[in-house]
Amino acid sequence: MLASAWQYIVEHPDRFGAALWRHISLSVAALLIATAIAIPLGIWLARRARVALFAINAANVGRTLPSLAVLALMMPLLGTGFTPALFALTLLALPPILINTYAAVRQVDPDVIDAARGMGMTQREITRGIVVPLAVPVIAAGVRIAAIQVISGAVLAAYIGGGGLGDFITAGIAMMQISLLLVGAIPATLLAIGTDLLFGRVQRALTPRGVG
Amino acid sequence: MTWFLRNWDQVAIALGEHLLIAGTALAVAFVLSLAIGIAAARSQRVFDAALAVSGILYTIPTLAFLALLIPLVGLGKVNAIICMVAFSLMILVRNIATGIREVPAEVTDAARGMGMSRREILWKVELPLAMPVIVAGLRISAVTVISVTVVAAYVNAGGLGTIIFNGIASDHPPKIVTGAVAACLLAIAVDLSLAALERRLKASRAVA
Repeated sequence: MLASAWQYIVEHPDRFGAALWRHISLSVAALLIATAIAIPLGIWLARRARVALFAINAANVGRTLPSLAVLALMMPLLGTGFTPALFALTLLALPPILINTYAAVRQVDPDVIDAARGMGMTQREITRGIVVPLAVPVIAAGVRIAAIQVISGAVLAAYIGGGGLGDFITAGIAMMQISLLLVGAIPATLLAIGTDLLFGRVQRALTPRGVG
Repeated sequence: MTWFLRNWDQVAIALGEHLLIAGTALAVAFVLSLAIGIAAARSQRVFDAALAVSGILYTIPTLAFLALLIPLVGLGKVNAIICMVAFSLMILVRNIATGIREVPAEVTDAARGMGMSRREILWKVELPLAMPVIVAGLRISAVTVISVTVVAAYVNAGGLGTIIFNGIASDHPPKIVTGAVAACLLAIAVDLSLAALERRLKASRAVA
């Protein structure tokens, strides 16, 4: 089975490459858009208690929604293809990044900021020198969770015509052709595990010494 | 909405199936995690190994996991339940082990001083005190399992996902929306009720 799955990849490098590329570009685009929205929003919310209560509760609800349900709901609204899949995956990536960014900024000890102010640091110096270094590892953890969720969700994008490695899995199941199914399932698994390891490294590298 | 009103019995059956599969998986995962979690609470090595392995399992994309199980166990509910148990392990083991570890040493010392055996300490002192953390883990696992069950319909496990997939196959939007919205509402309802339980447990522990 493994051998014939490998053979399929060797015989159809363009088809496999296109699906892999589609999977990665869909995931990266969704993650970038979600990060660009959720990090500034999370920082902004950290100073506004009333709006934050609403937004964080909404994000917590968003986090519980089944990925496939969110993807499926895009079909009646936006049709099939790359854009609806991208939209759904971005929606799925927002809550973990938003929740972690908000928590990251809020958790910075007010005493530390007071001490910094007492030492004569300006607001900008406090933000750059204290808040950001302390918050970044927690934000990175949120992006890591979102990245795994997006890669996993991108496998399901095949159902709404979003393409990606899920195409091989759905075709393999439909025709009950195990080797074809493995052509999608094994690379998708490796992609997810590899991404998790990579983000784990980044997260550690971003953690200042003596913190965490 | 009209589709739902005309076919609510079909939705109710799918919902029941969904709860049954998710509940079975959660129960199996909980018993397994309890055993691993208790061992992990006692030994750092078991803790590290259990979290490393379950962490990798947790990372595998749902549909890929279900697909990888097909050559081994075929299509159906068993496939789906194995996948869900594997996904639930990390959070449950971590929370059970952490919950037990967080019980203050004075408390277990006092229990030992009162002549309780190790087993009694575990069941009557450590696990009850760890309950809020364990329920917090159950809450996340329950939501995860409900989400996986939606996808599992594709490997013929049944549940609300069946309605979504039938809707996609026959290009019938009201069906897709009904299945998807029902799955979302189920996840939210389970999350909120376990959150309420978690709060109540925390409050009662705080008083005691």
